[in-house]
Amino acid sequence: MSTHNDHAAHGGHDDHDHEHDGAAHATFKGYMTGFILSVILTAIPFWLVMGNVFDKSSTTAFVILAFAAVQIVVHMIYFLHMNARSEHGWTMLALIFTVVIVVITLSGSLWVMYHLNHNMVPGLMHETHKMP
Amino acid sequence: MSDTTVLSPAGAMTGHPDPRFHVQGEHHPENGTLLGFWLYLMSDCLVFACLFAIYAVVGRNFAAGPSGADLFDLKLVALNTAFLLLSSITYGFAMIEMQRKRMRATLVWLAITGLFGASFIAIELYEFAHLIHEGAVPQRSAFLSSFFALVGTHGLHVTFGLVWLVVLMVQVAQRGFIAENRRRLMCLSMFWHFLDVVWIGVFTFVYLMGVLP
Amino acid sequence: MLDHLDLTKLVFGRLSWEAIPLHEPILLFTFIAVLLGGVALLGAITYFRVWGTLWRDWITSIDHKKIGIMYIILGLVMLLRGFSDAIMMRAQQAFAFGDNAGFLPPHHYDQIFTAHGVIMIFFVAMPLVTGLMNFVVPLQIGARDVAFPFLNNFSFWMTTFGAGLVMASLFVGEFARTGWLAYPPLSGLEFSPDVGVDYYIWSLQIAGVGTLLSGINLIATIVKMRAPGMTLMKMPVFTWTALATNILIVAAFPVLTAVLALLSLDRYVGTNFFTNDFGGNAMMYVNLIWIWGHPEVYILILPLFGVFSEVVATFSGKRLFGYASMVYATLVITILSYLVWLHHFFTMGSGASVNSFFGITTMIISIPTGAKIFNWLFTMYKGRIRFELPMMWTIAFMITFVIGGMTGVLLAVPPADFVLHNSLFLIAHFHNVIIGGVLFGLMAGITYWYPKAFGYKLDPFWGKCSFWFWVVGFYFAFMPLYVLGLMGVTRRVSHFEDSSYQIWFQIAAFGAVLIALGIGSFLIQLFVSFLRRDSLRDETGDPWNGRTLEWSTSSPPPAYNFAFTPRVHDNDAWTYMKTHGYVRPLAGFIPIHMPKNTGAGFIIAALSAACGFALIWQMWLAAGLSFAAMLIAIIVHTFNYKRDYHIPTDEVVRTEGARTRLLAGHV
Repeated sequence: MSTHNDHAAHGGHDDHDHEHDGAAHATFKGYMTGFILSVILTAIPFWLVMGNVFDKSSTTAFVILAFAAVQIVVHMIYFLHMNARSEHGWTMLALIFTVVIVVITLSGSLWVMYHLNHNMVPGLMHETHKMP
Repeated sequence: MSDTTVLSPAGAMTGHPDPRFHVQGEHHPENGTLLGFWLYLMSDCLVFACLFAIYAVVGRNFAAGPSGADLFDLKLVALNTAFLLLSSITYGFAMIEMQRKRMRATLVWLAITGLFGASFIAIELYEFAHLIHEGAVPQRSAFLSSFFALVGTHGLHVTFGLVWLVVLMVQVAQRGFIAENRRRLMCLSMFWHFLDVVWIGVFTFVYLMGVLP
Repeated sequence: MLDHLDLTKLVFGRLSWEAIPLHEPILLFTFIAVLLGGVALLGAITYFRVWGTLWRDWITSIDHKKIGIMYIILGLVMLLRGFSDAIMMRAQQAFAFGDNAGFLPPHHYDQIFTAHGVIMIFFVAMPLVTGLMNFVVPLQIGARDVAFPFLNNFSFWMTTFGAGLVMASLFVGEFARTGWLAYPPLSGLEFSPDVGVDYYIWSLQIAGVGTLLSGINLIATIVKMRAPGMTLMKMPVFTWTALATNILIVAAFPVLTAVLALLSLDRYVGTNFFTNDFGGNAMMYVNLIWIWGHPEVYILILPLFGVFSEVVATFSGKRLFGYASMVYATLVITILSYLVWLHHFFTMGSGASVNSFFGITTMIISIPTGAKIFNWLFTMYKGRIRFELPMMWTIAFMITFVIGGMTGVLLAVPPADFVLHNSLFLIAHFHNVIIGGVLFGLMAGITYWYPKAFGYKLDPFWGKCSFWFWVVGFYFAFMPLYVLGLMGVTRRVSHFEDSSYQIWFQIAAFGAVLIALGIGSFLIQLFVSFLRRDSLRDETGDPWNGRTLEWSTSSPPPAYNFAFTPRVHDNDAWTYMKTHGYVRPLAGFIPIHMPKNTGAGFIIAALSAACGFALIWQMWLAAGLSFAAMLIAIIVHTFNYKRDYHIPTDEVVRTEGARTRLLAGHV
């Protein structure tokens, strides 16, 4: 008896999920800003390396890694529309948690492996990661 | 033990659900697809983190074979990076057209994205073929193993993305911008941009740092 | 002639009739027994004409309750396999001294201890825990199903086919002989050229996909599908621990996937990630695999901590003490579990500074667990305790797990670990916490929620037999191992010269026999309870005077769980309803929106298992074809947009009406 009415009520339920949680809408301006920033943040590191701009490799490495980090943030904001409101903050929380785990995995592995290589592999020539 | 048959005055008359304890009518929980896909991307982040980690640990073990400085053609890498970045904004334009519900424009921008993505893969395959031809095979050293694993995994992801793109274009053309298809386009969008984010790590950490002495 | 040879190799790879171990009597006997049992089972299904029911109502089911039950069945079946490995090891070690070589040559023994570990962790503990979370969490949060019901079905079948591949290794080829974590270089191509490690890799990769997707599923479910009013801090503690567990799954399993993929590249392509030469570094495998491995053990235990919280509160008749601190303790454990992994390889040589850091973090992580124990004790204090079986298991857990935890803190001290690493002391420690924590918790959880799932309680007498055999058996089986470890006995050894060890091994074997009786009693309990189900019937849906929402449904719940989504006001939502004049609705029912069953998950999982088998045996053609078929099946599935339906009102009316009559008859 109530099936027909409920169908009408359900007809719109497809759209229930449409942007309830404040996810940012894409805009042309947003994408162009992101694109231009990314181009700049890509061109400079390539120039720094191909042009041998710094004397020390470690300076170059540090600078281009910093540029990469900034460009990742640019991508997150302008392309992935990352914000603290999306999915009631759960996407941001998931991202922060993942970043923490990635940092632990990378830095932890580098620290541990440096010590292991130093103690257990005699004559290992490539200890380029100087760690405490 | 539990007394669920006692009737209280409120419900005694109608037996209808008490609004204190029940939602009246149908309850629709929020759709979890976008969150779920984001969580999958976070897990994919960790896969790449492991590949970066092993590259960091053994990436200088050349085993008296060729190094990054010997092998990498940075101009080609710059071209590839440009293609991937362009494909990111063309996908973005496709999303804008989707919001405006313009079918043809959406499909056109998606197709252009696919072309840029396919060009990226083609150049990468060319690069790999060239390396292998030079004897810089994955089996040559731990450096090359980790190079091919990291860059290759990224390339595999892009390839799967392209297959997904084609399938989704067919489905969108067939059924239009229904909610399910919009969700799928948003998931692919997240996937595509995520791959570009990983590529930033790859070109910086592998290629640019790889040619540094 | 050459063409013919190539074709055979292309189709069959390295698979040949030699792969079937006809010359090993134990395996041959097992094979015949399994064959007979399998034929009997298939014959029975055919005789009772339930193939259709099996396919429609179980294999293709996307109902979280059915999937949860299937996970538990999988776990229990694999428990029998994993335990037979254990009994064989105990028997061997009890007698293999001096001239007596025992009945298991090292070649076989090594596969047994490897399979024992792999099966118990991946195909017993994980499925049982996943099954409990699957069954209970949607009911506890007032939802109709999980966020992605199809993925749930698919995850289950991936896990099951992964288990199938491990079982296949018994009869076709061999299993790995590397220990359950398969360290290279032993697991590399040079030292394990045969199929064993490949079976290991592919069964875990396939099951791993299932687990990862299940993790994503349950997080999305808990975040998105809680009933109105159920804020995070009003969730039941079991749901909190399920959330933490699934966060760990999503954040840890990708590491396992990546590491196993790198190992498989070393084996299949000849890369040099973990080789001794060409720049490889085998220590990196150990490092990465334990970055996964330590969170894994917390994935196993955290849900059971949640079970204990529910059981202690229910059977003490009191609200759980210190809810907020329980939640914080769980979250702290989640984060800290990523900061302790090196304690698994203190002796690999990272030195004092690294070892001290991880030793300290390992000791710190015991603190939140201690806080939980105190909270449970304070909940019991001044409660009216009912010593039903779930509570008995919980008490046994508290004593046993604390002992195991203390030996863990002992091992956390690097200098002590240098003596005890890879000794039987270590084996005793982790069995202590896994059996005392995970297994006792699973028995508590299964006993607690069994009436909800099947509509009748488990027989208490046989349950108590199982309990006492298990608990006493555990102490007899593992306390001697602590002694042996302190005496210097190493793990994974199948033969000894020093006969002063023998008495301890024999006591341990006696303990294993008691545990076997415990498992036997549990199986009898299941059988007897089914026979006596009418006298054990749960008619109200709330046999224990429970406190959380699952107890507001019938036993078993209807497919849709709740005719109307509940509104929640406080923790212990069901207790709140019972004490605030809740009346079950008798009218006003509406059609209910539900997801449809589908065979796609089973088919895709089967194809991936076929691909795995083909890769193991280097049957490249079959591998390529099955992989392509899998992709096509996935794509075809995405073209299916009609994945749901409505349960019509009159069916809801009938179901609820039947329950009304049952409840009226009960009073």
